[in-house]
Order: sequence, then C-alpha cells, then structure tokens
Amino acid sequence: MAACARYSLRTQSLLRKLLCFQTSDVSTSRLGSLFVHRRHASTVNQDYDEEQSDSEDKTNHQLRYDELYPGHIPTTPFQRGLLAVGSAVMCLYNPARDDMICALGESTGHYALKNLRNKMEKDPEGRLILEEQPVINTDTIDIDYLGSLPEDTFGKAYWHFLNKHGFSPDARLPVHFIDDPDLVYVMLRYRQIHDLTHTLLGMPPNMLGEVAVKWVEAIQTGLPMCGMAALFGPLRLGPKHRQKYINTYFSWAIRCGRNSKLLVNVYFEKHWEKNMDDLRQELNVEPAPVPLVRTGQTNLS
Amino acid sequence: MAAPLASRSALLFTSLPARLRVCCACARSFSASRLQNHESKEQRETHFGFQSVPEEEKEQKVYEVFENVAGSYDLMNDTMSVGIHRLWKDLFMRRLSPAPGTKLVDVAGGTGDIAFRFLQFAGNESSRPSTFNQMPNPLTQDFDIKLPKEVEMGLFVDPAESQVDDSSSSSSDEEGDRLRPGSRAATHVTVCDINQAMLDVGKQRADKLGFTSGISWVQGNAEDLQFEDNSFDAYTIAFGIRNCTNVQQVLNEAHRVLKPGGRFMCLEFSQVTNPLLRSVYDSYSFNVIPVMGQVIARDWKSYQYLVESIRQFPDQEEFADMIRDSGLRMVTYENLTFGIAAIHSGFKLRR
Repeated sequence: MAACARYSLRTQSLLRKLLCFQTSDVSTSRLGSLFVHRRHASTVNQDYDEEQSDSEDKTNHQLRYDELYPGHIPTTPFQRGLLAVGSAVMCLYNPARDDMICALGESTGHYALKNLRNKMEKDPEGRLILEEQPVINTDTIDIDYLGSLPEDTFGKAYWHFLNKHGFSPDARLPVHFIDDPDLVYVMLRYRQIHDLTHTLLGMPPNMLGEVAVKWVEAIQTGLPMCGMAALFGPLRLGPKHRQKYINTYFSWAIRCGRNSKLLVNVYFEKHWEKNMDDLRQELNVEPAPVPLVRTGQTNLS
Repeated sequence: MAAPLASRSALLFTSLPARLRVCCACARSFSASRLQNHESKEQRETHFGFQSVPEEEKEQKVYEVFENVAGSYDLMNDTMSVGIHRLWKDLFMRRLSPAPGTKLVDVAGGTGDIAFRFLQFAGNESSRPSTFNQMPNPLTQDFDIKLPKEVEMGLFVDPAESQVDDSSSSSSDEEGDRLRPGSRAATHVTVCDINQAMLDVGKQRADKLGFTSGISWVQGNAEDLQFEDNSFDAYTIAFGIRNCTNVQQVLNEAHRVLKPGGRFMCLEFSQVTNPLLRSVYDSYSFNVIPVMGQVIARDWKSYQYLVESIRQFPDQEEFADMIRDSGLRMVTYENLTFGIAAIHSGFKLRR
C-alpha cells in the first residue's frame, strides 16, 4: 500500500478497492458516490445504528420507499442518469407513455425546479400557491360546477376540454424520482396545470398542440424535458401539421412563452368564473392566430 | 372472505363448542393445542427482498409482483440478462437430458420456457414444432450407421416394468412412444404456477410457437401441490424457488411427487464466487435493473424486489443441504456464469 502513495487519492482508493475488495468505502470516492443513495439530514441519525449491524449489501442498496413523501423512490445519481436516457428513448419510441415523460422530467429537472421555485417565491400569487399547496383532482374540483358556468368562462372551457377528450384531473401521475422534498410540490404543480395550460392556449391534445404547449412550458419553466419534447416532438408530426407548425404555431408558441406571465404562478382555481378573454389579457397570453381543432386523426393518449 | 370480520366472529362465538378457542387476530376457531401453533405462526416474519413482512403477506405480495410483470416478463428477462438466460435454460435442459416418455412437472413454470425446451428435447413428433431450436442427433451426426430404435430415441426400456410388445413397435418408426403401451408412453409436461397471469402468457406463447400437445397448464402452490405421491419422472423449478415463502416445504413436496428414481433439478440465481465480479454484478443489479424495470415494464418496485430476493436466497452449499434435508440424494450443483446462476440436482432413490 505504501507504493500507492505516489498516485492521486482517487487512484489510491480505486486501487484499494480492487486489491482488497472493499466495497464498504464506496461512498468515499467520487466515482463510487454515483452509485450510492444520498442520505438526508433528517434520516442520517436514524440510520446510524442500523448501519453497524446490517450486511454490506443492505447499507449500500437498501431502498426506503416513501421516505420523503408518499410515492418516493430514492435513486442514485447513476440511476437518475440512466433513467433520463432510457425514458428519453422510450418517449420518442412511444409518446403515449406518460410515465416516461414524467420520469424524464423528474430525473433531469433538478436545477430547473430549483430556479422555478425561486421564481415562485418572488411572486405573491406563487408564494400563496407554495404555502397552500393546492392539488387538482376530482376531490378538490367540482367538475359539475364547472359545467354549469357560462360558455365564455375559463372554467367552462376547461370543462369542455376534459369532456371532449375524456380526460380526468386524477390522471396526472404522482412524483417518484425527486429526492429533494422542497421541489416535489413544484413538479407536481407544473404537471397538474398542464391541462389548464392547454385550455388557456386553446391547444388540443394532439401532437401539434402538445408541441406548442411544450414550447411555452420550456421557455417558462426551463425544464430539460420540456425542451427535449419541444425539439424532438415535431419529428413525429405528419406533413400537414408540420406545415402549420412551421408557418404559424412555432413562432406563436415562442411569443406566448416569452410574453405571458409565468403560468406556474397562477392560482387557476380562483379564476374559474373569469371570462376567458379577460384572463388571457391579464396573463398576457396571445390567443392562437388560427384556432386549432382536433380532428381525431393523430391521437396521443 | 364473504362476511365481514365482525359478524363472522359473532357467528363463531355463538356456535362454538366448549373445547374450541378462537384466534384473536383472524377469528378462526381451533382446538387449544392447534391454536398455540397457529398463534406462533401469525407472528413469524420473513423477508420480501430486503423488507421484513409477515409470512402470510409474502405470498400475496409475490403474487402481485408477478401479476404486474407477466406482460413484459420475457422481454425483461432478455434485456436484463442480455439474452444469457436462454443459454442457461438450454444448458439446464441438456443437463436433464429427458428421454421421450418422461413425465415432467415444471413448477413456477409460468411463461413456459422450460416446458417448451423439454418438449423440443424429448417430445413426440406431434408436440414438437418443426422450427423451434432443432438440434442434430449427437449419436449419429458424424457416422453413417443405423442404430436400433431404442438407442436412437434415447429410450430406456426398463426390464423391471411390463414387457415391450414387439409386434406393435415394429410397424412404426417415427413415434418412439409406441414402445410403451397406453397413455403412460406420451411425453408430458405439467406446467404448474401459482399465478394465473403468468400461465395465461404461457398458453399464448404455446399457441404462437406451435406446442399443441403434451403440455398442460395448472394453477397450484409449490408448497402444497395437488398431485399424487410418486407421480412424476422429473421435477424442475427454474427461477421460481427463490420467491416461495417456505423453501424447505417446496423441496419436501418435490420429494413427495417424484417417482423413486426421479430427478429434481433447480435452476436459480445464486451467489457469485469471485469478490471482484460480485461487486460489479451487484452494481449492475442495483443500479441498472430497477431502472430497466421502470422504463420497459413500468414497474420499479418489482425489479427492485427481484434483485434483493437474489441476495436473500441461500448460497450454493446451503441450498444443497436443504435439498438433502428433504430426502433427495446424490445432490450436486453446477455454477453458471461464475455463480450468477446455479443448477442444483438431486434424485429420489428407489428404496
């Protein structure tokens, strides 16, 4: 081992591992830390006694599900990277795999979510959302009430959107792969207002509409998943839609994203009764230049 | 589970004879001595991967795992082992080398990989599709000789059993099973699995691959098989025994249903012998496999359970001892791919 002193610390620890077959020191080398779960401050003390008695396998590889929030699956940095690559490929291969889009967003979105959270904290409405943490599902929203509203209101437009395409607000998947508890709600909120963004922009849930919404979301949230979907989504467009995309919707979506208010900061649940045009004006959302109507020929979900 | 617990226990209390007692946890009635056994069993815990669960729950949890993964089971096997599981199973069948006329029970046989290989190896012309994994006859491939029918088919004509009727066998050349009269002659595999979803996938595959006869699909519990004693020539269990709650009980049942002279063969994940390889294998298992499970099968937790359950299973020597404890003899094992998998073999000796 004295001969190792000539080499750098990292090489030394790798050599030590190879020659002495130690696996318990994995966390001390930077390369090894890719394969270890991050221990959070709240759980470190609890783990201490267990680590002494459990086998090596378990301390390195034991997963505690739902540790930070219900549905939480802890991941190592390597796993997050692999998940990002795997889900990106699967998304392109089969865009109907909504869980892959979610996994891609969660595994690549750490810095973007931090940034987004900062932006939410600076805005008064955003701060209110972070405090109250409203969740959109059939328990918190009365769908029938939305149906009873007048035609030109935002709530009624959302009701039309859900009805026409057979969606339910319950269908949004929970968050699994985010290891920072502060960012979990931010991701959840972003995911839940996706349908509301569709309604606000007037975009149907076909491939073209989704790409347009993803451009707006990419510019506003900075999530890599949105950026990737916006860049690679158009590859799957048919010729007619591609023309429309190039001529009209691409530039409009960019304009919308840049000029309108950050939609994650909008407390949509308080605006059901508002007139749609008024809401769009308030949020500085430019209505679609040519209304896009889904004919049902390209179906995503 | 029809009546709710409260009314069920009320009924029990009113109709109980004096000598019976009721278990407080599950409201079942027992005699006093059996109640003691039952209550001590209630508190027993076992492992489910690295988690600890009550014994009764494990079976249900394992059932749910396989119900979830049944649809993408074969694709995931190919992806996780980069196709190597096919080589393992081919070698497994070569080690068993079943002769035509063998009655096999393939326990935890789910999607049928072992059953199909068995039929291809030992099956009758009718049950073997022409395109599935044809192998040249090792006895004659280099020489131009004609061997007697029994030798060519690899048949063992047991002088202790009823005599072969020469007149009936000389007429047919293709069907080796004619050497034995009646239904005992047909090569047959009974695929037994506790999970109906896996059996359904297996049946679909059998139809697609053309295995139409000589195979039956039965739902059953490896710890409590519904077959008679001494009813099978061979018993196989591939990548299934690790998931059973009580491994020794499964081995005991295997001993029971085998005929004297019958062979037990188990293909299962085991402990890697080389420490360096072990750490590479562990890294691969824990870092890559659950992610693959999420991407391909939409199920992280089932594949996390899979890699954890491999670590919880006894190593080669310990498992060999457990096999000996069940009464099987001539127990040997062979490591595959440095110990990632192992084939254990044992015989039920004739008295």
